[in-house]
Amino acid sequence: MEVNIEARRILAVSISKLYASRTQRGGLRLHRSLLLSLVMRSARDIYHSSRESEGPSGAQSAPEEPMDTSSSPGEQTRLPEPQQEPAFNSAETDKENLSPAKQSRKRRGKASAAPDFLPSKRARLEPGEERYEFLTHTLLIFKLKVCWSTLGHSLQGQSFITGRRMVPPSTSLACCH
Amino acid sequence: VRFIKSQIRLQSTDIISTVEFNYSGELLATGDKGGRVVIFQHEQESKNRPHLRGEYNVYSTFQSHEPEFDYLKSLEIEEKINKIRWLPQQNAAHFLLSTNDKTIKLWKISERDKRAEGYNLKDEDGRLRDPFRITSLRVPVLMPMDLMVEASPRRIFANAHTYHINSISVNSDHETYLSADDLRINLWHLEITDRSFNIVDIKPANMEELTEVITAAECHPHQCNVFVYSSSKGTIRLCDMRAAALCDRHSKFFEEPEDPSSRSFFSEIISSISDVKFSHSGRYMMTRDYLSVKVWDLNMENRPVETYQVHEYLRSKLCSLYENDCIFDKFECCWNGSDSAIMTGSYNNFFRMFDRNTRRDITLEASRESSKPRATLKPRKVSTGGKRKKDEISVDSLDFNKKILHTAWHPKDNVIAVAATNNLYIFQDKIN
Repeated sequence: MEVNIEARRILAVSISKLYASRTQRGGLRLHRSLLLSLVMRSARDIYHSSRESEGPSGAQSAPEEPMDTSSSPGEQTRLPEPQQEPAFNSAETDKENLSPAKQSRKRRGKASAAPDFLPSKRARLEPGEERYEFLTHTLLIFKLKVCWSTLGHSLQGQSFITGRRMVPPSTSLACCH
Repeated sequence: VRFIKSQIRLQSTDIISTVEFNYSGELLATGDKGGRVVIFQHEQESKNRPHLRGEYNVYSTFQSHEPEFDYLKSLEIEEKINKIRWLPQQNAAHFLLSTNDKTIKLWKISERDKRAEGYNLKDEDGRLRDPFRITSLRVPVLMPMDLMVEASPRRIFANAHTYHINSISVNSDHETYLSADDLRINLWHLEITDRSFNIVDIKPANMEELTEVITAAECHPHQCNVFVYSSSKGTIRLCDMRAAALCDRHSKFFEEPEDPSSRSFFSEIISSISDVKFSHSGRYMMTRDYLSVKVWDLNMENRPVETYQVHEYLRSKLCSLYENDCIFDKFECCWNGSDSAIMTGSYNNFFRMFDRNTRRDITLEASRESSKPRATLKPRKVSTGGKRKKDEISVDSLDFNKKILHTAWHPKDNVIAVAATNNLYIFQDKIN
């Protein structure tokens, strides 16, 4: 059960990192994105396998010690800021994303179903958290493969979720390919 | 492993992103996040203090790369200098290659200590004289002037990398060099900027099937047909350019079997190799992953010959290091001139040295306190057990914002350069 909670936490952290990395200066880092997706896959597999076994997670990875985050100064990962709203709206209107997201709400039971590992019972959802949860649902429905292909595509110039269009600084040089 | 006496702390305005001695060790180049290159020169020992080596002083500073914008992909291209590599010196000028994520530049650094004077082509106010008014031929004379060091870009190697460049390496033929990004390695000729040869391409036809990326690449120090590249999966491939134009099939494949008992969520991340360096002899190579440094014999592919733990006490903290992004830090490593010792960085401004012969290791700190002039560096220790001895520092007190990613060792002497964020420390050993 501990591993299950840990897997959920790592998944949540990974998704927010993945999301935040898209607006990073210098563009998506392929290496970092790959490592994030590997962690996400491990965490997802462990989460689902522990859910199916409905009990002790068995001989899985050694549980991490509950971390004292005071030992790690520097920015903690935060939920995406409300400025992420434009990205979210694009996702809604983007045809690529629309149907699977709708289907996922109907599909139940299998591992690819809408995950409930994020706490679903809350007194109220903050606006940022609401968007965060929808984004999480969307990403996991695609599984990591589709998410991965979009990362690959976005590096080649096509956008999945366009996010904020970069406004070129007035002094920069044009770079023609 | 000797005690090193502190010598210089030089503060930069920006985070230092690469450090490299030239072939003779006379010059030390640093690149930073702002796209600047600063070169230090070793001053000769002064006659007043013959027991000390000379100091390194600023020789030249120039802006190598500027931020750019790729309009096609709506991406900003950072000006941060990822790597600097010197060319062997062939004449009075010095040449180096510096690269950011997308563009490599060849810079010429030359000295000017004479100026031509005595022209009779201009009036006193600086205006050009009418040619009809000039009635005599006066040959200008070279007069001494204050030394001026000029840096000029001689070649710009651009538009060859779709992904982010992580390595450049000058070949032993002194004519070619390679550049590596996440998925491809290109071979360039130093004189030709409009063409490069792609020699490694690991991009899958379907990007969904991507499982590993190239993390570092280096040319063999003596065999101009051999190079290696490391991957995010902890493997190293050695390739021979004589075998095929496209070196997709490796000649040697170096991989250590994973220890199944140490598997965790983060096993894949910590096995990713962040740096690979050939020994000066060319017989060995060294790789750095998140927790260890490994020395490989090029003749043995199934496991390294030596493994050194850099900061094993972090293994139980991986989850926290993942959350604060430290687990993605890319540490470099380096050999000393005789290949008898290796050095790499850690957190809390600690850096580690390992003596390969005696198997002794030492942890030192690059900090302002330790850089009092002529002070001997005190070895540091991180306490891992329950009881913390005096002078030891506990793992939870380590400052993970103070990381030493870049270090360099003089090719001949026991002089080391350590970059701690925006401070450069130069340490030398005692001469007594």
